[in-house]
Amino acid sequence: MINTNKTPIELVIAVTGLNAIDSPGPGISVIRAIRDCKDFKVRIIGLSYESLEPGIYMHDIVDKTYQIPYPSAGTESLLNRLNEINIHEEINVLIPNFDAELHNFIKISDALLKMGIKTFLPSHEQLESRDKINLSEFGKQHNFDVPADRILYRIEELSRAVKELEFPIVVKGKYYEATVAYTLEQAQKAFQKLQAKWGLPIIVQQFISGTEINIAALGDGDGNAVSVIPMRKLYITDKGKAWAGVTLEDANLIDMAKRFIEITKWRGGFELEIMRSPEGVLFIMEVNPRFPAWIYLTAGAGQNQPAALVKMAIGEKVIPFTNYQVGKIFIRYAWDLITDIQEFQQISAFGEL
Amino acid sequence: MEKLKYERPVIKKLNAGIMNKFGMRTEFTPHTHIEGVAVKDIISKFGSPVFVISERQIRKNYQQAVRSFRTRYPKVQFAWSYKTNYMNAVCKVFHQEGSWAEVVSGFEYHKALGNGVPGNKIIFNGPDKREEEIILAINNDSLIHVDHFDELFLLMEIVEKMDKRPRVAIRVNMDTGIYPMWDRFGFNYENGQAWNAINKIMASEKLELVGLHSHIGTFMLSTAAYAVATSKLCDLAFNFNKKFGKAIQYLDLGGGFPSSNTLKGAYLPGADTVPSIDEFAEAITSTVLNYGFKQQELPLLILETGRALIDDAGFLLGSVLATKRLSDGRRATILDFGVNILFTSFWYDHKITPAQEFSHHTEDMVLFGPLCMNIDVVRETVNLPLLQKGDQVVVHKVGAYNMTQWMQFISMRPSIIMIDENESMHQIRKPETLAYLESLENIPEHLQQIKL
Amino acid sequence: MKLKSNIATSESGFVFNPTSGDSYSANSVAAEIMLLLKENNSIREINQIMLSRYEVDSSHFEKDLDDFIAQLRDQNLLEL
Repeated sequence: MINTNKTPIELVIAVTGLNAIDSPGPGISVIRAIRDCKDFKVRIIGLSYESLEPGIYMHDIVDKTYQIPYPSAGTESLLNRLNEINIHEEINVLIPNFDAELHNFIKISDALLKMGIKTFLPSHEQLESRDKINLSEFGKQHNFDVPADRILYRIEELSRAVKELEFPIVVKGKYYEATVAYTLEQAQKAFQKLQAKWGLPIIVQQFISGTEINIAALGDGDGNAVSVIPMRKLYITDKGKAWAGVTLEDANLIDMAKRFIEITKWRGGFELEIMRSPEGVLFIMEVNPRFPAWIYLTAGAGQNQPAALVKMAIGEKVIPFTNYQVGKIFIRYAWDLITDIQEFQQISAFGEL
Repeated sequence: MEKLKYERPVIKKLNAGIMNKFGMRTEFTPHTHIEGVAVKDIISKFGSPVFVISERQIRKNYQQAVRSFRTRYPKVQFAWSYKTNYMNAVCKVFHQEGSWAEVVSGFEYHKALGNGVPGNKIIFNGPDKREEEIILAINNDSLIHVDHFDELFLLMEIVEKMDKRPRVAIRVNMDTGIYPMWDRFGFNYENGQAWNAINKIMASEKLELVGLHSHIGTFMLSTAAYAVATSKLCDLAFNFNKKFGKAIQYLDLGGGFPSSNTLKGAYLPGADTVPSIDEFAEAITSTVLNYGFKQQELPLLILETGRALIDDAGFLLGSVLATKRLSDGRRATILDFGVNILFTSFWYDHKITPAQEFSHHTEDMVLFGPLCMNIDVVRETVNLPLLQKGDQVVVHKVGAYNMTQWMQFISMRPSIIMIDENESMHQIRKPETLAYLESLENIPEHLQQIKL
Repeated sequence: MKLKSNIATSESGFVFNPTSGDSYSANSVAAEIMLLLKENNSIREINQIMLSRYEVDSSHFEKDLDDFIAQLRDQNLLEL
């Protein structure tokens, strides 16, 4: 990784997930990690969905932001918009950071490459295999511990599912959000809310208690782990997000992530959400197919995963990391950025800032 | 001074949590022509609303589907699913391309005969086959797909009185891991019903079992389910061969492939998520090829694909009757077509585009049909340009089921136009008239006179 | 009928209501009508001006103007 005595490579990198809010998207962390890497001289293009994503207004972190169509508008409009943006920006690398947009970005990755834009993404099959809907099957197949679940298409199926799984249960949306339910009424309410927001199916999962551990990892697409950093959440917000966390040393966790990469031949960044039960069993609760919001900690601990991903995207050989600093802590903080209404109107009406 | 182009005045709150103009820009890229013919010309000639079918698109879809299967498997036959769209002109395009006919009623059976399909190339499916229809099918050497034991026994009774050995297949239902399981049609695989039916047919000696048929569902988004279905049919065929020393001549995997429409409640558009016919073909053919049949005993593969071959060849053109604001401030646009002729708007968020240019300003709106019925909603919410009375719109991918399930309700059913490969228009169904509808009615003598 | 005096409108169609904090985007016809309202023109005058400038017939515009005034009222942008 260390690349001294070389002139930095000039790159234009587009990044999504600029919503550094209370339940943050990873974009800003990804950008900070890339900016920390001395091997690059970067211009960062933000790609935003909403007009109030904080990153849009952080001009020392994001050089210029363009709005892009929501995933639900489809790949055709996404590609048209990126084409338009690329005429002005000549993007070299694009890093999507939202689960819900990945399907589309993977779908257009060949078209992007033709435009000169490189990505480093998993395949649709890899994306599918770790999907909440398929995770328990995946666990069975490859011998990972995964909580029991039921995939529901009708609210009437809830009562049977909760009988089999026993309360409390976790009710999860297809893409995002989860609620713990202790009664059938709570479960029904959560079902309806999640269905309205993210569509069907709804996943109902056995509740597992224990210690929450997250692992940020990067696979090279050939089954090799470029980097694996486990992190224990020290404090959790009411949305279940890590407020602070510390890097851990635990061979079991690292082996698990490496085995995951070996089996899936995962290409790109991902996060394993792990629950260590009181008996020490490591349950995979969820696999997020992109970098987590706390990814800057990997740079802080000595394995700059976003920078390594950029290098792999542009075709540089990256030697897997071996060491990282255990006991590095991240503490997330909120920070009020002041700007004028004109900036908001500019991005809202013209889609650029 | 030349006057400026006018557009309805509108203000829109910024960032009210709704999609901005970049959100769905291409949704409202105007669609001014269909196969080279201007929308406004079609409407001025044939009225509004009007269905339009692209012959070129049908042929392209068909040829691609056939290629998807034939490049992977040596013996493939498609049979056009009449119920999906039985306009004769549409059927004839498929038959010209080489498709057999798949029918599910006596009415459809006669339609296929009328279209010149030889009896032995008609597959007769469905739970409703009347005695006289079965006799006709037997005399025509059609392929009769038996749905239930009552039908099987009726068939055996009929054959007793005839000097024929009809060719039959059984419809098999099964668990393919998808919801809902279509177990109301055919004989169940898992509980042995299907095997039982096969044994009864063989015992009768009056019937020739030539095929096995399954049809696992509709708008299937999982290719894996077809692999499961294929493997279960192969299993039956294999056991049949083992027990009776004969090969099953064909496996009919039915229909169910989705079109690229977006189902209601789906987050991503259908165009990006629906598996291609290639992927279904791969799942089905690789299962048969790997099952271990002898090369010369490989069964013919029959597909009854309907929706995926016709949906995107159909368009519905219509006009804006009025715009209004609802009590909560939402914009409502009233169109001259509704759920009576666009039945599929109950299932899909149909893509709807204007047929003329607009500025980039848009509004979220609800699209209503013209019926005096609260359920007459074409789109609950859609972001479109500032439509006004008289503007024309194009509804995309409406070729499947609308022209067979449409209702004559409150208003009459409109024309259907086919645009041929030379971009010429043909009216393949005239609009209904009051005289046509009333020609079937009869008024009793005592009701002839009224006095008001 | 008058636009609230503190409503900021810009040529590109931005509208900002400093009382409520809401921002809006208006299309060009709407922006022009708002400007005319701000300048104290009556509905009749606005009708005349707009009909002379734009390609639209009077009954059509009358309906749209009514609708637009209702939008402004809904958004609390008019003086009571």
